[in-house]
Amino acid sequence: MSGFESFLFSFFNLKVMAAYLPLIAKGFGLTVVLALLIVVCGLALGLALAVVRSFGLRVLNWGIIFVVDLFRALPPLVIIVLLFFGLPAAGISISGFAATWLSLTLVLMAFAEEIYWAGITAVPKGQWEAARSTGLGFLQTLRLVVLPQALRITIPPLTNRTIAITKGTALGSVVGVAEILGAAQSGMSFSANPSPLTLGAIAYLILFIPVVALGRWVETRFAWKR
Amino acid sequence: MPTTPPPIIDARGLWKRFGKLAVLKGVDLSVAERELVFIIGPSGSGKSTLLRCLNRLEEPDDGSVQVDGIELLSPKTDINAARRRIGMVFQSFNLYPHMTARQNVMLALRKVLGKGKAEAGEIAARALDRVGLGDRMEHYPAQLSGGQQQRVAIARAIALEPRVMLFDEPTSALDPELVGGVLNVMRELRQDGMTMVVVSHEMAFARAAADRVVFMADGEKLEEGPPAQIFGAPRHERTRAFIRQIDRH
Repeated sequence: MSGFESFLFSFFNLKVMAAYLPLIAKGFGLTVVLALLIVVCGLALGLALAVVRSFGLRVLNWGIIFVVDLFRALPPLVIIVLLFFGLPAAGISISGFAATWLSLTLVLMAFAEEIYWAGITAVPKGQWEAARSTGLGFLQTLRLVVLPQALRITIPPLTNRTIAITKGTALGSVVGVAEILGAAQSGMSFSANPSPLTLGAIAYLILFIPVVALGRWVETRFAWKR
Repeated sequence: MPTTPPPIIDARGLWKRFGKLAVLKGVDLSVAERELVFIIGPSGSGKSTLLRCLNRLEEPDDGSVQVDGIELLSPKTDINAARRRIGMVFQSFNLYPHMTARQNVMLALRKVLGKGKAEAGEIAARALDRVGLGDRMEHYPAQLSGGQQQRVAIARAIALEPRVMLFDEPTSALDPELVGGVLNVMRELRQDGMTMVVVSHEMAFARAAADRVVFMADGEKLEEGPPAQIFGAPRHERTRAFIRQIDRH
């Protein structure tokens, strides 16, 4: 067998690929569900924290900054392992799926909060003053004037960060979640051939290339008319 | 002498400090209904701070502000309700960039006055017509010149039918050829009987349109009087020096 043939046999073995396609497809579905849960919860919690932070209550803000810095500093895998292997020692045990979801949600929440917050503070003070001078209240001004502008500037960094963190769903394979990578690894073990991993990589591309494209579309869609 | 009606703006003993720096040192200002009062003075004299105290964008450390009978600094006052009666126009326009001219004007009509979409849209169209921008209603701020943006900002304020209008250097950020359009709108407002307090360096406009000119320096009101007196025969040396310098342009 030539080098090229052995390469094809190892990585593009159609027979093995066909056998493990259903397994990877199931992993694909699980990854989509996990990713959606992380994105929705992480972005919503991050926005909620940024809004609370804009009230400027000092003690509360110290708490927010502490939590945010904590989850920005910890590697996501460390949080997953802590939750999955550490919590049972405290009498609480959670599934690998829940541990992965919770960890990545908290990490996305932390990064998203910082990005939203940067967006809110980037809106000129004059916008607040103009809105308040017409009789709009603090929350009305935040919701109707400041956030729409802040969110527009945050779309590019938020998209990047969301994609980066959502790809972390692959970490779930460490705690037994049969998402794409987990499924591909089982496939590789059973078949003694790495082709399922190739299939997994293709599955990630199928999942994330549309997400990247969507991010680009959202960026242009919400750019201001000039 | 006929009895003078109570002033619509009555500010007394206003003090404002930023850290150690006292920007306002016990300033009084009262403005009668339909009066146009001009506040002039060198930069750092506290004139913008004084104006911003009149709708509580700046919180004075001491003193009292009454506008249209409402005690502005009282903790019991609903400041958002009070501000509906006080329009403000800023040096930097501060239009909402994500909204068209018409939406800029409609926002407070809908969310503060609670008007329906159709009614707010009509009022906004009338206000924009009044400032000569009836044909620019669906434009975004970035598509308008500075002068047009400032006129939208004026429309946004007058649409709420305020009792008083505050102008904070409304033409300072404009190219010279765009100043005239904004001053024309202000002149028309004045003719319609709007009470106006204007912080500005437009001396020719002050001479022609103001009822009273207030000269401020170092956080104090040094003198006030009709424009003919302030510009023609100022009593205070600092006023004289300031006007000499301004008139050189």
